[in-house]
Amino acid sequence: MTGGNELRGYLRQDGRKGIRNYVAVCYLVECAHHVARAIATPFQERGVHLIGFGGCYPNAYASRMLRSLCTHPNVGAVLLVSLGCESFDRNGLEETIRQSGRPVDTLIIQQAGGTRKTIEKGRSWIESALAAMESSPHTPMTVDELVIGTVCGGSDSTSGITANPAIGLAFDLLTAQNATAIFEETGELIGCEHIMAQRALTRDLADELIAVVAKAAQYYATLGHGSFALGNAEGGLTTQEEKSMGAYSKSGSSKICGILKPGDIPPTGGLYLLDVVPDGPVRFGFPNINDNAEIAELIACGSHLILFSTGRGSVVGSAISPVIKICANPQTFRRMTDDMDINAGRILEGAATLDQLGHEVYDSLMATARGKQTASESLGHQEFVLTYKYFEPVGPSCLPLA
Amino acid sequence: MSPFAVTDSRLLFLNPKDNVCTAISPIPGGITLHINGHTVLIGQNIPLGFKIASCEIAANETIVKYGVPIGSATRKIAIGELVHLHNMKSDYLPTYTLDKEDSHDRRQ
Repeated sequence: MTGGNELRGYLRQDGRKGIRNYVAVCYLVECAHHVARAIATPFQERGVHLIGFGGCYPNAYASRMLRSLCTHPNVGAVLLVSLGCESFDRNGLEETIRQSGRPVDTLIIQQAGGTRKTIEKGRSWIESALAAMESSPHTPMTVDELVIGTVCGGSDSTSGITANPAIGLAFDLLTAQNATAIFEETGELIGCEHIMAQRALTRDLADELIAVVAKAAQYYATLGHGSFALGNAEGGLTTQEEKSMGAYSKSGSSKICGILKPGDIPPTGGLYLLDVVPDGPVRFGFPNINDNAEIAELIACGSHLILFSTGRGSVVGSAISPVIKICANPQTFRRMTDDMDINAGRILEGAATLDQLGHEVYDSLMATARGKQTASESLGHQEFVLTYKYFEPVGPSCLPLA
Repeated sequence: MSPFAVTDSRLLFLNPKDNVCTAISPIPGGITLHINGHTVLIGQNIPLGFKIASCEIAANETIVKYGVPIGSATRKIAIGELVHLHNMKSDYLPTYTLDKEDSHDRRQ
């Protein structure tokens, strides 16, 4: 194994450990967004991150997402910011956070006396929370306690031959040590569901894997979103299954242990597929409006950090969990070096092998877990987005190890 | 993995089971290269990201990339030949197309 495997984590009451010790400031409606941002901004470089939900009307998915994110192992304290008249269940969220053992408070702008007074109260709360968190217990942590998610964004014809298979090799190194690895975007797996199903731990799970991809195909078709375009063939891709394999290669080659929905915590180590396409009829519009919507869902499943493959050159990071940028295209890497952590395009120039890159991705994620800042972290990227969605719970055959 | 050692560095095998490899830089037609230990004349320009056969592939044989089937040959393909729409096809049953028709029905 390359590099050291010793880690330390911030121990939380539920037994999970964080690789970061952040304060989350969380707005509960867009009307409270400015106040929450003004509270958090002066502390941005001291680990205070802004998350929230813009909608005024309640949504079970958004509520579950925020409960999962506010009790994420990388989060040590939470300040909720409410306007006062929105429908979000702020008391339920606050109670969930309190029961998790984290310091929490809710500021209600209409009761606190408006913008200026709420910002003052919020900043003073953050100061005391940061002081209290200096004594958060920091204990030994093992690789099998890590949860790692992967996503691709701004893909090009190099993604599927460099960065994505390198991430797949890193995933194999993780799952071999019983760490948890999560891949997602069922809409990009259309065409390789039968190949994927052969890796399912059980026959019933294989059927479920095929069903979630069929659901995604149906959902995207209803939205009029095609999957294999002429441009793909111009880039050298011949078939739908070949195109999907490019994205799917991020998952590596280990057995698939189960299917998660956003906010589900994987019950064991091993490889999981996160189903990000909503259930039921198409409503609330496009399933994932951008890469950060998917990143937030991976983090809500407990991901400590995210491996992000990009060809054209995404710059995003995320609130709560660090994002490692693995650049597939060597020209993009040269153009945007500051935004990238790994140049997987070296494979195209004969300067590295896939196997070397896989170990490099693994070493980079271990260094990040030990506290090293990623490129997007050091540039202050803390993107976050959460929209309306509808999900039903996973069926029992989706989690054979639970 | 021996095939990797005797293949031109402009070609990438994603998996040892593959019968195609990917051009990782443009390859001009008319040159000879090593593929899987064989010296092969490349008959046409191969753009970056395109596939060439790394062995002789029979008609109807499965095309393997990433170690998995990505379709099948529609005719015999010689080693070193470009593998694309003109000599291979998808084996995927396009349920996607059926779904699309369903959704059209619903919209109407």
